Amino acid sequence: MSSAVNIPPQFEVVDRPLDTQMTISMGPQHPSTHGVLRLELVLDGEMVVKATPDIGYLHTGMEKLFEYKKYQQGIVITDRMDYLNPLGNNLAYVMAVEKLLELEIPERAQTIRVLTCELQRIASHLVWLGTHALDIGAMTVFFYCFREREKILNLIEAASGGRLTPSYFRIGGLMMDLPAGFERRVQQFQDGFLKSVDEFHTLLTGNRIFQRRTQGVGYISAEDAIDWGLSGPCLRGSGVNLDIRRANPYTGYEKYDFEVPTEADCDVWARYMVRMREMKESHKIVTQALSRLRPGPVKADAPKVVLPDREAMKTHMDALIHHFLIVAEGFDVAAGEVYQPIEASKGELGVYVKSDGGPKPSRVHFRGPSFVNLSALPHMAEGCMVADIVAIIGSLDIVLGEIDR
Amino acid sequence: MTTGANSENNLPENADRHPQRNSTPSASSPLLAALQHVNREWITSTTEALGETTLIVPREQIVAICSYLKTSPETRFNFLADICGADRGVEEEPRFEVNYHLFSTTKHHRLRLKVVLNEDDAHVPTVTGVWRTANWHERETFDLFGIIFDEHPDLRRILLPDDWQGHALRKDFPLRGYEPYSLK
Repeated sequence: MSSAVNIPPQFEVVDRPLDTQMTISMGPQHPSTHGVLRLELVLDGEMVVKATPDIGYLHTGMEKLFEYKKYQQGIVITDRMDYLNPLGNNLAYVMAVEKLLELEIPERAQTIRVLTCELQRIASHLVWLGTHALDIGAMTVFFYCFREREKILNLIEAASGGRLTPSYFRIGGLMMDLPAGFERRVQQFQDGFLKSVDEFHTLLTGNRIFQRRTQGVGYISAEDAIDWGLSGPCLRGSGVNLDIRRANPYTGYEKYDFEVPTEADCDVWARYMVRMREMKESHKIVTQALSRLRPGPVKADAPKVVLPDREAMKTHMDALIHHFLIVAEGFDVAAGEVYQPIEASKGELGVYVKSDGGPKPSRVHFRGPSFVNLSALPHMAEGCMVADIVAIIGSLDIVLGEIDR
Repeated sequence: MTTGANSENNLPENADRHPQRNSTPSASSPLLAALQHVNREWITSTTEALGETTLIVPREQIVAICSYLKTSPETRFNFLADICGADRGVEEEPRFEVNYHLFSTTKHHRLRLKVVLNEDDAHVPTVTGVWRTANWHERETFDLFGIIFDEHPDLRRILLPDDWQGHALRKDFPLRGYEPYSLK
């Protein structure tokens, strides 16, 4: 179209037979690249001279799609971005729109949001732990992690009806209240989980092979980590005490008592330890959220935005009209723009929503933590051995669905 | 499916249903005063709405103001959270905007810088020299909006294939593309 920029060739293959350097393409079908990431590696023997990530294989134009959907229809798109942490994506998007609408969310809905999001964070970390260990060669951990993750997915399914794509949060509250007996089931999971974390520690933390594969690998200093925009466990693994739940609290996180684990080693091992400790902190938050659950409404008092109860629709004319209008025409959002950051399981997930008025957003942008964390991969990988690349990618905990969107 | 253009045409009829947000330009904000004290040309205007501050910056000044905000002890915006483009619409002039979302890892405050660009001259200097993380954000904005970041070290498409025609997030780019995409 209009741009007249000469796009340079993606990479230059220099054919020098006597040279010791070799260019190889790692991925997009390599199992350790967690999806469809391709790395262009220039190797000198086994040493990585240059690493260039090539992304976009999973690009599905989600941000474009948002502009053609009503605000409430966008929620289901967010599920499919970071598919290991869908409730976090739901929360970030929903909170951005609520900020534009200046809605007040009831206490119970906020507590349930914290409760389910922390369970989801544990589930996301469990997938990271299982696959990270699998990449390095420890297969057993994977089965233990997925056993625990299954319990969380069952809980999320009980609350929302979906295992991987819950779409549980709605603009103004929740889809519906928790089912009967949910607290008891969460408590059952909580009772066994700390023992499982200890199991993971016995499998990996004292394992000398795992230590040698991770300690001192993928170094990134605190200054570099901030400069490269790392966030979440990757940043805290470089000794920076930063957690959006503490720095810019949302959904009532300021009322919860939890630690922000940091490790100063700046390597793959440090990022491993941060996530292992984070699971226990999330467990603590879930316990507190359970004790904070009080009966009450789970939807904001905003009839033009929030769908009415089924019962009200059958008895009240205005509720039926509102239901019809919200579903058929959507609701108007006054012009404005917001950037809403949250601490997702992988780091700062920021949602930028711009409204020109009307029922559809003018622009929705997701600042995915995986996208930014991956951009720092060359900095960490160059100078490493080729086998360390696998460990470093695992420690970044990337999800290509979120990177490519 | 309703297109974006149709819903825009509906706006005047329903104008009273979604009033403009009271975005008061606050010239009294201390940050703005401090910045204008350093250099009068840095800021065109400022808005505070929904608890967020937006500074509109002339594009020639973006690198200077970013370097200042990053290093100044009062601001310490050492973390570039995000850069994203936006298309205001085909008819609008200036058509494009680039939003820089800044964050401070020590002071925990946030700020949005906005550069507005005309369609026929969609160039803006790169801030990769200030924060290295800007690299991929700027490549993404170039890929999807065709905004060119001058002196960017590696400005090529990132999400779409290298031989893709057009810029997909522009408002005049149809949702389903111009034609079935094939590798030529």
